[in-house]
Amino acid sequence: MPPLFQGLITIVIAVAGCAGYFYASNWVLDRLVFPPRTDDQGRNISRATMVRPWLFIFPAAFFLSLYLIYPVVGSFWRSLFNRSGEQFVGLGNYAQMFAEEGFRVAFFNNILWVIFVPAAATFMGLLVAQLTDRLKWGNIAKSLIFMPMAISFVGASLIWKFVYANDPDIGIINAVRDFFGMQPIDVLQIAFWNNFFIMFIMVWMQTGFAMVILSAALRGIPEETIEAAIIDGANPFQIFFKIKVPQITPTILVVWTTITILVLKVFDIVYAMTGGNFDTEILPSYMMDYMFRDDGRATAVAFVIMVIVTPVMVWNIVQARREMR
Amino acid sequence: MDNIAGKRSGLSIATNLSVIALVLIWLIPTVGLLVSSFREREQISESGWWRAAFSVSQAYRVSPSAEGAVQEGDLWVLEGNLFGDKEGSGSVSGFGLTSRDPGAADPGQTYARYEVFIMEDGEQDDTNLEIAYPADGEPEFPETDEDGNEILSDPAPVFDRSLMVQENGDFRYVDVDEIDRAPSVYITAPQPPEFTLDNYEQILTSDNMDQAFINTLTVAIPATIIPIVVAAFAAYALAWMDFAARGFMIAMVVGLLVVPLQIALVPLLTLHNAVGIGQSFLGVWLAHTAFGMPLAIYLLRNYMIGLPRDIIECAKVDGATDFQIFTKIVLPLSFPALASFAIFQFLWTWNDLLVAKVFLPSQSDYWVMTVKIADDLLGSRGGDWGILAAAAFVSIAVPLAVFFAMQKYLVRGLLAGSVK
Repeated sequence: MPPLFQGLITIVIAVAGCAGYFYASNWVLDRLVFPPRTDDQGRNISRATMVRPWLFIFPAAFFLSLYLIYPVVGSFWRSLFNRSGEQFVGLGNYAQMFAEEGFRVAFFNNILWVIFVPAAATFMGLLVAQLTDRLKWGNIAKSLIFMPMAISFVGASLIWKFVYANDPDIGIINAVRDFFGMQPIDVLQIAFWNNFFIMFIMVWMQTGFAMVILSAALRGIPEETIEAAIIDGANPFQIFFKIKVPQITPTILVVWTTITILVLKVFDIVYAMTGGNFDTEILPSYMMDYMFRDDGRATAVAFVIMVIVTPVMVWNIVQARREMR
Repeated sequence: MDNIAGKRSGLSIATNLSVIALVLIWLIPTVGLLVSSFREREQISESGWWRAAFSVSQAYRVSPSAEGAVQEGDLWVLEGNLFGDKEGSGSVSGFGLTSRDPGAADPGQTYARYEVFIMEDGEQDDTNLEIAYPADGEPEFPETDEDGNEILSDPAPVFDRSLMVQENGDFRYVDVDEIDRAPSVYITAPQPPEFTLDNYEQILTSDNMDQAFINTLTVAIPATIIPIVVAAFAAYALAWMDFAARGFMIAMVVGLLVVPLQIALVPLLTLHNAVGIGQSFLGVWLAHTAFGMPLAIYLLRNYMIGLPRDIIECAKVDGATDFQIFTKIVLPLSFPALASFAIFQFLWTWNDLLVAKVFLPSQSDYWVMTVKIADDLLGSRGGDWGILAAAAFVSIAVPLAVFFAMQKYLVRGLLAGSVK
């Protein structure tokens, strides 16, 4: 049976199964377990009301706990064992890893990524959002800058590999260098700076995201504050930096953290551009080097990423709780 | 409100120009690859895509038949037309005697090879030197060869062979030896720009990209639909049903939004192997369903909670059960949020490399397009940009179409989905 067909059948089974589950479990709850006909009708209805949310939540909660919560514990546990998983090594994997040059390079590069990519993407996004705000063709411009969002990281890497190509008849960067009489260079092999050429791909992809959110935030700024500033004689730059930006700071923070989290997850770009060579490794790609080869090490890297992400997670939860009140 | 008197026009021009510049920077890489995917492979390596609309100078090796060679004094001469009988079927833009420099001489010039004597490290040696000069002139030898060795004028250079080609292909080949075999000469001729679908045809027929396309589709469709169904019920419960742990559950979903996938890979693969799912499409569907779940619940709940309370309470008063309210009222009203999430999840599963690499078998029958490009084509087709570009656009086409068709929902989802 071809997999696509199998997939379609799975969709039918899953959707029908879900609908069937919800319908059947509700039916069982209302008719069999707590039927509202007997003597203690009122109590049965309130009991059913207490149980019902859990029926609705159960499938999702099952997936979340098995596929996202259990692995946090499972990964940590696995990282305490050696390559084959038979021998308990305590924090041995971590000790070995931190002592290794490759890990330190990946860690350092990841710090670069976490600083540069969110900053650059948020800045570019804010710039585009502000510039296109009053433009007649602003929506077209936004749509085009937003477009890389739809492209896969692998596709984007390919697109930029083409731009960075060594041959001046292929890569536009070396074509420009050639035009000015300079020797072609392989930008992916220039120590240290090659990281920035790779990071720019991510900036290219995420600027659209930042722009969409920040542009909506800019539109949400009360007109009166801007009018008041104009009457007081503020120039456009003052209006932007002293009136608009302070009012959308919370949104800027959200965009910033969202991109930061993404940066800690994406291995595809480094994997496709250099395969981690020329000192461009970052933690997610470093982890993939060990995936399938040394699960102890791989889970240790994953857990390090998890630890780095945790503060943002806590901050998100605090924010969400505050908003719900 | 930026229109302060007097500043407007200058600032507006600057704004327009900078936006144009930004859009160009953002667009040029993709356009370049798109143009290249339609070009002939020889043309891609000859000239940059930005010159795709102009003709390309291409080098050819030509071996005119040795028939008709005549002896003139000490030398043998062969004359004719390089294009055979077909007069004007091409026009020569340069010619030469070596493949290293096929366009060394201009049409109408004479290009000759001499054996010259040089001083190398204080000793006399000889080497070949090719030189181009006007047809009615004499060769002027440089003082040094390309390695910087002095060329001696005594003993004088010895003529070996020469070639003269006109723009229409008429040539005259002179050699000191008898011309008994077809000589090899090189010409460069401009090729008109040519656009083809050959790259796409090749990638889809002989490079198995069609299989990868179907695999991607197989992964993406169930992985988009299943989480919606599961998440919608949970979102409804978290939005409109009262129970003790609700706040905790919502906080949990918000927290799980940022859990890095990496942490899930090893334990889940072990789990899948243990329960017999192993590396298979079923495994990928389950994994994608779970990984998309936090965002799905979060987006749908945020939307559902914004639905008018009156409608839902009226229905409750009229005796509708939660199940009925959900299926008959909330679900249809939540269509925009469902669409937003569906687009997100579709783009993410279609474009994913990590989950496919880990949860699908590594045999080529199971490769999705991202794996195919990253693990196979970038290696085996490294410099073949026509093929790579076509492969990229086969994989990009569907998400781009979805993106431009459903941008409204995507933007709406982004705005609702970023934790505020």
